[in-house]
Amino acid sequence: MTDWRHVLQRVDAYRWELPVDYKPGMRVPARIYADEALLAILEEEQALEQVANVATLPGIVWRSLAMPDIHWGYGFPIGGVAAMRVDDGVVSPGGVGFDINCGTRLITTTLTERDVAPRITDLVNQLFRDVPAGLGATGPLALTDAELDEVMVRGSAWMVERGYGWRDDLEVTENGGCLAGADPAAVSARARRRGSAQLGTLGAGNHFLEVQVVDTVYDPAVAARFDISAPGQVVVFLHCGSRGFGHQVCQDYLAVMEVAAARYDIQLPDKQLACAPIRSDEGQRYLAAMAAAANFAWANRQYITYWVRRSFEHVFHRTAEEMGMRLLYDVAHNMAKIEQHRFEGAEIELCVHRKGATRAFPAGHPDVPERYRDIGQPVLVPGDMGRYSFLAVGQQRAMEETWGSACHGAGRVCSRHAAKRLLKGVDVARRLADSGIVVRCHNRAALAEEASEAYKDVATVVDVLERAGISRNVAKMRPLGVIKG
Amino acid sequence: MLEHTADAGIVAHGSTLAETFAHAAEGMYALMVDLGGVYEAEAREVAASGEDLERLLTNWLLELLFVTETEGLVFRRFDVEVRGTTLRARAYGEALDPGRHELGGMVKGVTRHMMEVVPEDGGFRARVLFDL
Repeated sequence: MTDWRHVLQRVDAYRWELPVDYKPGMRVPARIYADEALLAILEEEQALEQVANVATLPGIVWRSLAMPDIHWGYGFPIGGVAAMRVDDGVVSPGGVGFDINCGTRLITTTLTERDVAPRITDLVNQLFRDVPAGLGATGPLALTDAELDEVMVRGSAWMVERGYGWRDDLEVTENGGCLAGADPAAVSARARRRGSAQLGTLGAGNHFLEVQVVDTVYDPAVAARFDISAPGQVVVFLHCGSRGFGHQVCQDYLAVMEVAAARYDIQLPDKQLACAPIRSDEGQRYLAAMAAAANFAWANRQYITYWVRRSFEHVFHRTAEEMGMRLLYDVAHNMAKIEQHRFEGAEIELCVHRKGATRAFPAGHPDVPERYRDIGQPVLVPGDMGRYSFLAVGQQRAMEETWGSACHGAGRVCSRHAAKRLLKGVDVARRLADSGIVVRCHNRAALAEEASEAYKDVATVVDVLERAGISRNVAKMRPLGVIKG
Repeated sequence: MLEHTADAGIVAHGSTLAETFAHAAEGMYALMVDLGGVYEAEAREVAASGEDLERLLTNWLLELLFVTETEGLVFRRFDVEVRGTTLRARAYGEALDPGRHELGGMVKGVTRHMMEVVPEDGGFRARVLFDL
């Protein structure tokens, strides 16, 4: 195993670099945002080697970047950011991930812990019944082929027009909930088949829906602009993506890219990094299919939001409007986007891969919703179900160093299997209940895989980014109720 | 079983390619459900091909996953026949029943990271990492 301490160069307490001569083929250095404690965790696995592998891809600019929640992925590390020049760079499905536009959404309420705590079991049960988890072959929305095409092209707007949401929801969704350039013809019949049965479902694994309460407000002025008023306020945090649809798109194009990479003579240190030039036919078709999957994911989160509001209405006998259930923000964390950035004094067009990383645009950026433009984009950082999650805001330095990107969560610290072994005999649901957190899940055995022990402490992750000037913490929320697929 | 921070993988062995591929499929389903509790109530014919053995293995497992996702079936036993880089198989199992089966994690994809199909001790060894 590599002794990273001899290889990594310290930039400052929160920035470390692997020099460009660390391994043959690297075109740029790799940079890791971490403190000493997080680095010690990373030494156990191959994530750093993967950051270096990404640095070998054609057209990569500035650095192969790793956020503090980085962990061992396949091909790209999870928590990685890499920007390629559109002119001569590549796009890689592995740099987006299987769950295309997996992302998070935060919904505020004007309810307080005092209103919700006495009803939390009823509320969690209601959400568990209303929000489809997606087990089984048929989904909650029986779409025709033509309707599925429209979802692929229009994303969240398709749902909002059918009554599954509010107009305002679109304004505070990344990209307005619709990525341009989606082409249903670039999507396989198999992806359609998997997708049509799963639109409007949460899915399993690390996906969740949580009823949370604001625990700490770090920046009251910014928090107020995000409709977060004070500790005790109840919010809803959602994490899910494009389900089997996105997985199939990724799987289909991994095969396409493997052939393409050989054809364009691109040397790959790992087959999961398979890629093609952005300007090639393969690259363009992938981006068109990826956009379709991204729009599917936004429609999915929008539909679930509708059921979250309905569940609250059912339990509290008030309208969602009366309970102030506004969408605060929806942000993607598995995506490749064509963006304009300033680099070495010039404007360049880049394909920014964010694999387990979110956008974190600062105040003034035109892609920040108008409502928040003078303060910056909300950054949603879920932790594990036993501890807490964070709301942060993008800072100018992110634009200068990370292509306007930040972390996407806590990051795993041990494998699913290791977590189960560690917690053998422990009733995780019971343990959470004892600390006042109500959990409902479809697969009780899998709960251990998602327990606090399986993850890094998300507080240390967001603190590193705050100290590095990438994002600033706004509020911390703790869970009251958790729903797992 | 292989341990990976994000996901899980398997290493399968067999005296022939067919046996190795059958064991790989068994390993994949063992991640999803306790195979001891699965009946052989139904069977499905599955065919796959690939440019090389790694792609064949990938496509074989993907064919099975597609049946699992669209028909809700899980399999516990496989009769596999490999010719060159094509494969025909019969998979035996039943409908997934969360009330009766002991579930693990749902395998959602087959990655190419660390994949190998190599000769070993007169037989073969296959390594696959899954996306869960």
